[in-house]
Amino acid sequence: MRFDPDLAEIRFGAGLSPLLPPPQSAEDMLRRLQGPDEMALRFPVSSFDEAFAGVSDFRRLRKQRRELEGSSGYEAADKAFKTYRRERNETRLNWHGQRILRHVATRDGFRERLVLFWADHFTAQGKSGPMRVLAAPYAESVIRPHVAGRFEDLLIAAVTSPLMLHYLDQLRSAGPGSRAAKRRKRLSGLNENLAREVLELHTLGVGGPYSQADVRQLAELFTGLSVSQDQGFVFRPGMAEPGPETVLGKVYGGGRPEAGQVLAALRDLARHPATARHIAWKLAVHFTSDQPEPALIAHMAALYQESGGQLLPVYAALLEHPAAWQPELANVKPPFDYVASACRALAVPQARIAGLRAGQTRRLLLSPLTQMGQRWEFSGGPDGWSEEDASWITPQALAARLRWSMSAPRRLQQPLPDPRRFAGAALGRYAGERVHFAAGAAETEAEAIGLVLSSPAFQRR
Amino acid sequence: MQLTRRSLLTRSAALGCSLAASPLVTPVSFAAAPWDTRLVVIILRGGMDALDVVQPYGDADFSGLRRTLSGGPGSGALDLDGFFAMHPALAPLLPFWRKGELGFVQAVSTPYRDRRSHFDGQDLLEAGTSALGEARGGWLNRLLQQLPGTEARTAFAIGQERMLLMDGAAPVSQWAPGAGLAMSPQAERLAGLLMEEDPLFHAALNEALELTRQDRLPALEEEGVDSAGMMEMMAPPRGKAHAEIAAYAAEQLRGDTRIAAFSINGWDTHSGQAKGLQAALGRLSETVLELHRGVGAEIWGRTAIVAVTEFGRTVRENGTGGTDHGTGGAMMLAGGAVRGGRVFGDWPGLSEADLYDRRDLMPTGDVRRHLAWLLHGLAGAGRNGLETAVFPGVEMAGNPGLLL
Repeated sequence: MRFDPDLAEIRFGAGLSPLLPPPQSAEDMLRRLQGPDEMALRFPVSSFDEAFAGVSDFRRLRKQRRELEGSSGYEAADKAFKTYRRERNETRLNWHGQRILRHVATRDGFRERLVLFWADHFTAQGKSGPMRVLAAPYAESVIRPHVAGRFEDLLIAAVTSPLMLHYLDQLRSAGPGSRAAKRRKRLSGLNENLAREVLELHTLGVGGPYSQADVRQLAELFTGLSVSQDQGFVFRPGMAEPGPETVLGKVYGGGRPEAGQVLAALRDLARHPATARHIAWKLAVHFTSDQPEPALIAHMAALYQESGGQLLPVYAALLEHPAAWQPELANVKPPFDYVASACRALAVPQARIAGLRAGQTRRLLLSPLTQMGQRWEFSGGPDGWSEEDASWITPQALAARLRWSMSAPRRLQQPLPDPRRFAGAALGRYAGERVHFAAGAAETEAEAIGLVLSSPAFQRR
Repeated sequence: MQLTRRSLLTRSAALGCSLAASPLVTPVSFAAAPWDTRLVVIILRGGMDALDVVQPYGDADFSGLRRTLSGGPGSGALDLDGFFAMHPALAPLLPFWRKGELGFVQAVSTPYRDRRSHFDGQDLLEAGTSALGEARGGWLNRLLQQLPGTEARTAFAIGQERMLLMDGAAPVSQWAPGAGLAMSPQAERLAGLLMEEDPLFHAALNEALELTRQDRLPALEEEGVDSAGMMEMMAPPRGKAHAEIAAYAAEQLRGDTRIAAFSINGWDTHSGQAKGLQAALGRLSETVLELHRGVGAEIWGRTAIVAVTEFGRTVRENGTGGTDHGTGGAMMLAGGAVRGGRVFGDWPGLSEADLYDRRDLMPTGDVRRHLAWLLHGLAGAGRNGLETAVFPGVEMAGNPGLLL
């Protein structure tokens, strides 16, 4: 099989760029992935710990405001709180711009795609005001460092992240027989949410070999996983259900409750053959098509098991399999990827995005995603964004893509590139006769650029 | 294939023909819609204050709970039945009340309790389940899955917002008026040319172009009413998003659409409720008036509008002239198909011991039970399917008689 650089950048990377060459081989892609994370250094996003510390500040200012209600200091407290909240939202928009710039400037596009993939696989969202900005720092600190490592380390990092524990209600889950539950009647008791999703979404998969009893037992084993405002993740033995738990036939715990018992169960789940198949299938769907070749899935799953859940060999298996290189472009880019790859094709300068005011970033780069059906960082549930092409190309969402592609580029790059050259730069040999024709036949430059970007060839990969 | 400007123009003429003949985009309906009544579901996002909208001024405990928020006919509210009074901002709807085309249900809620989060509260309201994650998608979509003969246009979600209650396996339509394609005719033709060979994109583009076209067409032009004065008088108020959405919904409901859903925001009145609620209720009133105007008398007679919210608010006023997230709330019913002129529901009372958690209106009924009876009466959905699939676990019990 001959390596196809353009297809590699389109299907597995950030899309073609007029400035940066595509990868030259699969080895090249994997080598960059193992090398230094240049984009993270060049376009920094706050670490999770740093952003999480802001949660305390947010709460403190909000509390001060509440305490001063009706008194003379209220106005100042109200202003202090609102200023803080606004700045936090502006910071979130800055992170968004940085993440798009990474897609524009990277020669390691596979890494950016993997970060998006795994952050979606381990979807976690803030459900309260102070937590709502944390998805980007979560992707930065919890997901990103592990994308080329072992799946179990990624799993443990995600499941013990304060954002995940908050999102899937683990924080309040106390064993019915725990000290905490006996002391305080108001504790709602066991919550199965995280345990269920770990089995159903994160590891074995929905058709996996587990029963409701396993969910319940894993939920009991998870009790004690909690968060402290100062330290982030903590294990609280007082909330843990006493006694051993049996998950998939294996007994965990029994003695003094400790986090290590939970981690052992997570490692076993990560190494389970059903997890290997589930992860292989999910990667194949994401990178190749809605109906991936069974042979490709089997090949990746075999490498997963052979390596004990090392992700690099799984990626290598993906990149070496002929089924991953079908020449027809297949999957529809989700809105973030669509917008980011368009910015890359336009070679939007760093200074342009970095220089946008918060409101401009929102209007040009964030709100359009919602109109395209992707309310960024707030998917409908813990199963993340749809992989199905048809769910993105609805009349309303396609109209939003067309509107963006006709109007945003001229605000991001001036002068606009020559449309006829742009077709080749954005699509390489995938710019067929129709794309070249449309680029030349449009009445204005902006519409010509918009047409190239809205061609199915650019919207698929 | 050799493409030239000339061949493009010939091709696009052909394209235009095939567009008009496509069953996807034709404005003429082939299939008779499966039932003939109309349902409009309005999600009031933010938590509407039941006690300010339908004021229980006849309850002896009411007046002591709210310092600045007015209550009862003495403060300008419109007396409904000697016990409840309607917020003055709903005055435009009073004629409907008098005709029996406007009603309320008091002290109802979803099964959502205690956390009082908007997001979870709305998710549960739209999921229609007793707890999150119990069933996939939303209750309106699961209703469609129960009924034979539905198609994408049968149910229409309107607006940019995600309407979770429409999510699911049954095809539905979604569109936001004014969200259409703003391209030159040349760019439209070229986009069609680009997408022609990709069925997924081509179908979506054609539908988007058709919806945009309908969007631009003043509703009455199609019916041959072209008197300028008439048009002006009948045109929906410009620049008011809620009214445009209502006008758009009405237009769909005059065609093949049987169920329309959209949201009205702005109910989270933590401070300055007097002003905030006035504005929100103004939007709700205008929405109902616009729907009434838009569907016309005949369809109005077969229409039920139901407005629901994720939770009610605290019975006591807070320190900033507002109310905080609560539990029991109210729903509003309007339309020629509803048995209006009355306030439904079991009133729990407002004494300390009657409250939920000593702070909220005690819910005495399940929002989902009332919705289930509406779906039963309007779309003929079977009780068994409603209790097991649409609203799993709900007990419909006796008919509350919300419909004529």
